[in-house]
Amino acid sequence: MNQVVFYFLSAVILVFSLLTVTSSRILRAAVYLLFVLIATAGIYFLLGYNFLAGVQLTLYAGGIIVLIIFAIMLTGSAGEKLERPSLNKFLLAILISLIGTVTSLILFFAYHSFPVIGNEIPATVKMVGASLINPGDNGYVLPFELISVLLLAAIVGAIVIAKKATR
Amino acid sequence: MIHIPITHLISISTLMFFIGIYGFITRKNLFTILMSTELVLNAGALNFVAFNKYFYPDNLQGHFFALFIISVAAAEAALAIAIIIAIYRNFKNIDAEKINEMKY
Repeated sequence: MNQVVFYFLSAVILVFSLLTVTSSRILRAAVYLLFVLIATAGIYFLLGYNFLAGVQLTLYAGGIIVLIIFAIMLTGSAGEKLERPSLNKFLLAILISLIGTVTSLILFFAYHSFPVIGNEIPATVKMVGASLINPGDNGYVLPFELISVLLLAAIVGAIVIAKKATR
Repeated sequence: MIHIPITHLISISTLMFFIGIYGFITRKNLFTILMSTELVLNAGALNFVAFNKYFYPDNLQGHFFALFIISVAAAEAALAIAIIIAIYRNFKNIDAEKINEMKY
């Protein structure tokens, strides 16, 4: 059962990521990206990381995609068709992607016996919350605080950049 | 543990990563370039989670890395969209090839 769900989600991810980068309608590309992100959240659910999957759904699928769609509407480019890439660029991109994909996959499938360390612990919301504010071992309070400062800076920066220049 | 080989999970994230790279090179509209970047970031987070689940299931380092990647992606998307809107206000288009004021 799990395998069927996993391969279905993988197929959704592959098909819709290809459609995201090739679709000629910009709004459709954004919706295809939404499907990719939701399928990724499904894989997180399948692996047992429920909190991460929830964050992926609310922040990525809910927040970022809605922001992108709003901005597309704001700039009035929702209806226009995107032109096809030139042949040179297309060939260059295909070449780079194929070389990268083939090299990585050969490397992964060459080392098929990876060691597994330790016993599995469940990622409950209580554990995630305790680790995020724990300053000791296996605690993530420093990156947590850094992220909060980064988000504040991003908010202020976005407002300053996007607001109309006053003279 | 679910019975899926880790190579399949990594293959999915590798393909997603390089599809994102392909889009990053071929696309011209700034929004579609941003979407390709999101694909690349998402593939990175998926890789972190896969390695955590299969190799180090006794702690949650990859899980937290994925969380921080998602929040950095949110900050990055907000700033990128602010910049795109400012560019649109000045140039009245968002084509990466036509915005070349600083090129020469």
